Amino acid sequence: MTQLPAPSNVKLGLVIDLDTCVGCHACVTACKGWNTENYGAPLADEDPYGAKPEGTFLNRIHSYEVQPETGPAQLVHFPKSCLHCEDAPCVTVCPTGASYKRAEDGVVLVNEKACMGCGLCAWACPYGAREMDPSAGVMKKCTLCTDRIYNDNLPEEDRVPACVRTCPAGARHFGDLGDPDSAVSQLVEARGGIDLMPEQGTKPVNKYLPPRAKDQAPEAPIDILAPLLAPMTPGETDTPKGFLGWLDRALDSLPGGK
Amino acid sequence: MHPAPSLILFTTLSGLGLGGLAWALFALGAGPSHAAIMMVAFTWALTGAGLMFSTAHLKNPKNAWRSFTQPGSSWLSREAWLAVLTLAIAPLVSFAVATGRLPGAAVALPIVLCILTVLATAMIYTQLKTVPRWHTGWTPFLFVILSLAGGAMLTGRSADAIGLLLPAGAALAAYWLSGDNRVRQSQSSMNTATGLTHGTVRAFEMPHTGDNYLLKEMVHVVARKHARRLRYIGFGLAILVPVLLLTLVPALPIWLVLAVHLAGVLATRWLFFAEAEHVVGLYYGKR
Repeated sequence: MTQLPAPSNVKLGLVIDLDTCVGCHACVTACKGWNTENYGAPLADEDPYGAKPEGTFLNRIHSYEVQPETGPAQLVHFPKSCLHCEDAPCVTVCPTGASYKRAEDGVVLVNEKACMGCGLCAWACPYGAREMDPSAGVMKKCTLCTDRIYNDNLPEEDRVPACVRTCPAGARHFGDLGDPDSAVSQLVEARGGIDLMPEQGTKPVNKYLPPRAKDQAPEAPIDILAPLLAPMTPGETDTPKGFLGWLDRALDSLPGGK
Repeated sequence: MHPAPSLILFTTLSGLGLGGLAWALFALGAGPSHAAIMMVAFTWALTGAGLMFSTAHLKNPKNAWRSFTQPGSSWLSREAWLAVLTLAIAPLVSFAVATGRLPGAAVALPIVLCILTVLATAMIYTQLKTVPRWHTGWTPFLFVILSLAGGAMLTGRSADAIGLLLPAGAALAAYWLSGDNRVRQSQSSMNTATGLTHGTVRAFEMPHTGDNYLLKEMVHVVARKHARRLRYIGFGLAILVPVLLLTLVPALPIWLVLAVHLAGVLATRWLFFAEAEHVVGLYYGKR
């Protein structure tokens, strides 16, 4: 059904730490690997070795430059996948009932057997979390690895989404954001986790931890050698004095000099 | 947004067909005649043909029948129902009115269904908060009034066409100008998209070196540089020239005026998609 269920108590989702992410794209590869081999239609790769490679991904990493009013610019790597919104606009627009939000844990999924490939859900999503698979003709999106997180055949440490399991920086966390005492909720609380595009009214479950404030260089120089090492002004470089001046003149007088 | 030919033809032709069907039913209700019945049949067929174009947009059309399952929440599902109901009920009521089994006033039901179908089509776009240019009451108003104006010309009602083209022109201008404003005043920015609020955000490196579905479908920016010229062309052909021709050269065959109007509506409909900005473009540093 494409009517949204009543908000569930369990809200499974991700917490992504923008301070820690190093932009290695390991989560992208792990996600594509797991979700191509397991649930649903494989994620397409069109022209993979040609001039215009293109494919379907459920998770993509942007990189942004943030230029504060003062100080140097900062580079922020920004993983983006489905945010499993509480008021998911992609679910209510779906005409076939293929797009749905699970009542028990809040995961937003696509029933590929019912999808007619109209693409309206992707239009309704402000985050670009859904991509139409060019080969299968059905809408693909993050499943929060529902085939891992409840999978008793996997060792317990593997019962998390593939992206979380693989992240070498520990920038991705998985848990129940509906439980205020869960580790992820505590993390969001401690680090001031935020929603993306809150003005769109989607109430995303996934939260992002903003980069920590950078250290500021002190106003006064504390290095006593710094003044002595200061770069020479143009006048000084033109006519060096002392030992450097003698060396300059001596070298110039050699054959091949000035 | 990507201006898909299937969607442009679907919205334009089904709109024209349904507007024509509404006027043809009106004429039939006023007084059954052979010509009125033929016009109902013709506009009915045009509507059906226009609606068929919508299926060309589907990547997995074998599941199209499922689009009738969610009228409770989905405007696309409501549109599917209204379109089928209109196409089913219009011939039945027409037959009953033409043979005197029902009074002429009975055509009101299929006429209302025609208008509701166009309205539902427009609501598919209007409902999207992610496309500020579409998210306005002007969108359904414009779709319905253009449908009725085109339909009036299709059924040879020049006086009604002039009466509808004038407000349609005003609606078109209001849609464009208020749309420019909504895009400018949109609360969504690269800062809200990324949550990075401590400075100016710039897209430094793309997540992928090639193209992808999102960029092709929703970050269609190529055509925007022609937007202003196309607005003048579209407005001229869809509104201005037809109004002038209908008032100054009434002897001109009305199908000729309709052809000019249709070309104009196709241009504005192309622009409707091509110049609409989706907020996902912000993640790519584009509008």
